[in-house]
Amino acid sequence: MKSDFFQKRRIPLAWLLLTRQPLRLLVAIAGICFAGILMFMQLGFRDGLFDASVTVHKLFDTDLVLMSPRSMSSISMSGFPRRRLIQTMAHQNVVGITPVNWNFLLWRNPDTLSTRSILALGFEPGDPLLKDPNFSSKAQALKNRGRVLFDELSRDEFGPIPDWYRNGRVVETEVAGKRIRVAGLVSLGPSFGADGNLITSRETFMQLLPSNPPGSIEIGLVRLREGSDPDLVADSLNRSLPADVKVLTHQAFIDFEKNYWRTSTSIGFIFTLGAVMGFVVGCVIVYQILYSDVSDHLPEYATLMAMGYQLKTLLGVVAREGIILSIMGYVPAYLAAQVLYALVRGSTKLPVAMDPQRAFLVFILILVMCMGSAVAAMRRLVDADPAEIF
Amino acid sequence: MINLLNNCEPSIKIDGLSHWFGKGSMRRQVLDSISMQINPGEVVLLTGPSGCGKTTLLTLIGALRKVEEGSLFVFGSQLRGSRRKTRQKLRRQIGMIFQGHNLLRCLTAEQNVQMGSDLIKGISYCDRRDQAREWLLAVGLEDQMSKLPHDLSGGQKQRVAIARALASRPKLLLADEPTAALDSVTGREIVDLLKRLALEQSCSVLMVTHDPRILDVADRLLKMEDGRLLLPIG
Ligand SMILES: Nc1ncnc2c1ncn2[C@@H]1O[C@H](COP(=O)(O)OP(=O)(O)OP(=O)(O)O)[C@@H](O)[C@H]1O
Ligand SMILES: [Mg+2]
Repeated sequence: MKSDFFQKRRIPLAWLLLTRQPLRLLVAIAGICFAGILMFMQLGFRDGLFDASVTVHKLFDTDLVLMSPRSMSSISMSGFPRRRLIQTMAHQNVVGITPVNWNFLLWRNPDTLSTRSILALGFEPGDPLLKDPNFSSKAQALKNRGRVLFDELSRDEFGPIPDWYRNGRVVETEVAGKRIRVAGLVSLGPSFGADGNLITSRETFMQLLPSNPPGSIEIGLVRLREGSDPDLVADSLNRSLPADVKVLTHQAFIDFEKNYWRTSTSIGFIFTLGAVMGFVVGCVIVYQILYSDVSDHLPEYATLMAMGYQLKTLLGVVAREGIILSIMGYVPAYLAAQVLYALVRGSTKLPVAMDPQRAFLVFILILVMCMGSAVAAMRRLVDADPAEIF
Repeated sequence: MINLLNNCEPSIKIDGLSHWFGKGSMRRQVLDSISMQINPGEVVLLTGPSGCGKTTLLTLIGALRKVEEGSLFVFGSQLRGSRRKTRQKLRRQIGMIFQGHNLLRCLTAEQNVQMGSDLIKGISYCDRRDQAREWLLAVGLEDQMSKLPHDLSGGQKQRVAIARALASRPKLLLADEPTAALDSVTGREIVDLLKRLALEQSCSVLMVTHDPRILDVADRLLKMEDGRLLLPIG
């Protein structure tokens, strides 16, 4: 084993070729790093937006979700009869239900007095709604009329509500033209469709939106007995309930919303295109750099060919150069992307974060970029006679 | 391979070799029906005025150019219309000393020579390195081993190139003016070294030179003019 290593060991030519001109190497790394950051940002935005479209969806304490088949997305929810939700109780595996109203209302910023659309959820304060264990005690405050829980992660345009509330001020403002008071703070987070959220009782919700038919709800949460299969129950409920309602598992509910943003809007396309552009721009940069690097060393490669080295060996050297460059360009790109993600999270409150899959994808893309350019630049060596080159 | 074992087989056998450069109306003949042969262990010197086609002939024999017309056998393989793989394998048995040194700029003198000994299979890294050092010692560069080509003088570069060519233990050495940048004493030593190698390993040497002081090492002298080989006089 050991002797085999010493038999095979060679001078680290790829490394020596790369490091001969440190400045040139630095430029190459900067270029690859730039391309990596471009891809990280575009893909990060895309995934972040899709994740952001379901920030609220993910928080519900539920196994199944009932919604109207006419609902296309969180920004255009249609109602269905509340009776349907109650009918699900007949199924032996259903242990609890929560009817939820879901609509957008106009919120007046108490500081600047401008109005802005906010997502309002209405539910019976005694029912479970969110997975957050502290939520049910906060929900008690909603038993009084005209009280709302405000999402402290809402965008700043809704006013400095969290600060005022924490400082002990009585925070009152208008929602849909009616007076309400903030009775607590919750942490939900803005989503793609909604810049801010509030939660209130169904009673208050009806007051704010009197046109809403009283027996109609937008979503129904269904909790199942421990150990039952949500897919099977969803199937059987779909078969037994009339067609004016459909039953989704919690995950399907999340995917349904993501899918709307992915397919029915141009957002997904725009950011995928952005990532592709990042890749193409990266390829051009890396190709330029590697091409000039390989061209610069072409006489030396030709000399090695003239000495009897195989083309395979030389391609191996260039491939190793590509791998070294990818790693040296990827690491700073990864670190810079982490910093930029944190900045984006801070200023847009979008859940943009590094995920291992994307980190791996970008590395593979960079590797493909480097290796592809290196091999393309070596093509000249393949068909030329060594004597033509030096 | 069988041909190699046969001592009577010439190392190089050329018949009616012609070569042209350029295309269309720019096409110009540089080699004109050259015929000759070199036997194993023979030291042959090639002289001629600048631009008469000496380097071109050397690169053709070294399998670095495609043969256009005529036949060219090196160690019994026909180079005309040969496959890339054949030429690549042949190059391993040929040591080339180029007119312009062609050292790898990123490698030290020692590493450059080791690129030559690395071509020998089945020897450990340390042995290959030791061999590289011995060759550098032989050309008198034992105290310049860790210098980059950039920091070497023209003559020193030339000697590194010679050590590199010898390090792969070639059966044929093609040398393009190896003593051009050397003083008369070192030039003499190098040429004697080349001659000794030729005798020890029955390695043939074809050397281009303008240096009249070394003509005496040759077993045979060839003269070229305008792409033609002049018949040996006398
Ligand atoms: N790649 C090329 N393309 C076109 N013409 C070339 C090329 N290489 C050499 N020539 C021409 O071919 C002729 C022979 O060149 P060659 O290099 O063989 O000369 P040489 O005998 O080695 O000269 P020197 O003693 O100066 O090295 C010259 O006239 C040269 O201009
Ligand atoms: Mg020449």
